[in-house]
Amino acid sequence: MADAAITAGTVARPNYGSMSRDRRWALRWSYFFLVLFAIFFLMPPIYMLITSLKTSQEISAAGNPWWIYDPTLENYIELLTQNHYLTFFRNSAIVSVCVVALTMLISVIAAFALARMKFWGSATLATGVFLTYLIPETLLFIPLFKMFAWVNETLGIQLMNHWWTLIILYPTLTVPFCTWIMIGYFASIPKELDEAALIDGATWTQTLTKIFIPVALPGIIAATIFAFTVSWAQFLYPLAFTTSATELVLPVGIITTLIKGDVFNWGQIMTGALLGAAPPLVIYAFLMDYYIAGLTAGATKG
Amino acid sequence: MAQVTLRKIVKKYDEVLAVRGIDLDIVDKEFLVLVGPSGCGKSTTLRMIAGLEEISGGDIAIGGHVVNDVPPKDRDIAMVFQNYALYPHMNVYENMSFGLKLKKTPKDEIDKRVKQAAGILDITELLDRKPKQLSGGQRQRVAMGRAIVRDPKVFLFDEPLSNLDAKLRVQMRTEIKKVHQKVRTTTVYVTHDQIEAMTLADRVVVMNAGLIEQVGTPNDLYHSPATKFVAGFIGSPAMNFIPCQLEQAAGALRVRLSDKLSFPVPSDRTARYASHAGKANLVLGLRPEHIAETRPHTEANQHDFDMMIDVDEPMGMETLIYFTIGRTDICGRVNPNAGAASGKEMKLRADLSNMHLIDDGTGKVL
Repeated sequence: MADAAITAGTVARPNYGSMSRDRRWALRWSYFFLVLFAIFFLMPPIYMLITSLKTSQEISAAGNPWWIYDPTLENYIELLTQNHYLTFFRNSAIVSVCVVALTMLISVIAAFALARMKFWGSATLATGVFLTYLIPETLLFIPLFKMFAWVNETLGIQLMNHWWTLIILYPTLTVPFCTWIMIGYFASIPKELDEAALIDGATWTQTLTKIFIPVALPGIIAATIFAFTVSWAQFLYPLAFTTSATELVLPVGIITTLIKGDVFNWGQIMTGALLGAAPPLVIYAFLMDYYIAGLTAGATKG
Repeated sequence: MAQVTLRKIVKKYDEVLAVRGIDLDIVDKEFLVLVGPSGCGKSTTLRMIAGLEEISGGDIAIGGHVVNDVPPKDRDIAMVFQNYALYPHMNVYENMSFGLKLKKTPKDEIDKRVKQAAGILDITELLDRKPKQLSGGQRQRVAMGRAIVRDPKVFLFDEPLSNLDAKLRVQMRTEIKKVHQKVRTTTVYVTHDQIEAMTLADRVVVMNAGLIEQVGTPNDLYHSPATKFVAGFIGSPAMNFIPCQLEQAAGALRVRLSDKLSFPVPSDRTARYASHAGKANLVLGLRPEHIAETRPHTEANQHDFDMMIDVDEPMGMETLIYFTIGRTDICGRVNPNAGAASGKEMKLRADLSNMHLIDDGTGKVL
């Protein structure tokens, strides 16, 4: 009896571990993986930056590749003055901006119709839009060659080897996906919002421009970023459809003019790639705040 | 003048009839509440008046003009939605003025009307806030403000208080009533909450399964329901329905609830009920407040009986008691000091002057 009383008196503390200790460990692990992640992704751009500041001799010498012994801006000056690099950049910029504008114009209007105006076959059509996105581009460029040839024969318009042809081509890649994103965003806007607008006297166009576009701005920005990235980085179509140096866009231009046979001008390639990666980065940085700000908060209860 | 008339209104979704031919006359300046359980067609009816749903059959007229094919914006109505439906990117002022701006109303006129409506609703200091900076009650006021500024012929409310917590709901209910007294616009209000219906309405329309069960003032519905559905839907706790037999014995009519328990029918009702004596499927409807503890003085039609209490629920101002007759659970309301306790025998008193006799087969109150 006495023994039992003593055992009952000392309350055993099971060793569960404390909340704060668990949290500390979770934090340590997350930092560990985040650092690993950062190193993995920052290595290539840093290597590009280092290489772009070296002379050709230093690049081919067997020194420490992570250190610059003799820094120079030679690669930058040469790339920007003696090559078609600025032409490539201009072509890329015009194509991307036009493609983004065209894509958003088509996909916002299409998504609004598919998400809100219930018409015969609208659901099937919405799925169809997404399915077109699943067809790989590599399957499409041969039929596109045939179509361009037909256009040339019947209408007399030569679409081959012009940078502006890409403005027609890229939307085939961007419109389906952007429409799909926008359908999702528009569908998340409560139905009562357009009914309220309808009663307030708004037409469909006014409902779209005054209610839906402002409310779905985060979605529109997400789609814009996507469309820009796709058209800026697109490689296969420009490689297949443009050949003259003045008609090239950045990704194709860099490799076709800076790689001559088996001679790789690494310094300029790295410089070109680094400068070419800048615009998407700048756009991300500017639009990210908008993207994160939840504009739909407060529309309804919540 | 803005009376609303519904004639043989039908709404069909594919093969399902949501509204099955209803007739309704809403008088100018009236506050009419459509109430019923979910799926009874009340919201669909409201949305058809608004023009948000097409009408499958029948006619709707607002102010004497048939509006079946008139788009919502030309019906001169304003609607308040359950989830407020405020435009999230506009501030309160812009939300309220959006409709007027679309109608190209002059700027100073818009300003005057918005300020006036904001004054009525006490939201003047919120005019430059965005909806997300407002509480639920404030958002509800803004939604009402948006309706008021348009000075429509008819206000439509679609369960506007369902998203608010209980305390705020009671407060906003009073607010809505005050606003209606100030602006006197014909109002159609949909709710599933019978207390909201009773407290707000000039007249209540009880709907069930796509049909109107009864139209009447709150007191009409409470004291003389036409059907078992209305009797059970209006009032909380709900009316007791006790299976009974009507017996003609020695020249007197009695309702028999069990072998041991029977009450004489009030003398003013004997003529009305006499023909139903001996019929099957009869139900006695008696509200909980007409079953109370016994008192020293007995008035006409009050009868004492002893009962074992199953459960007692003290509410503070009264105590709800539950007991069983046959297989039916019955609720009564007694004085908190009457000594009601679970598992104890108690002397109760039934007041039959407010009894209802219901034919359970047809659901009609006899």
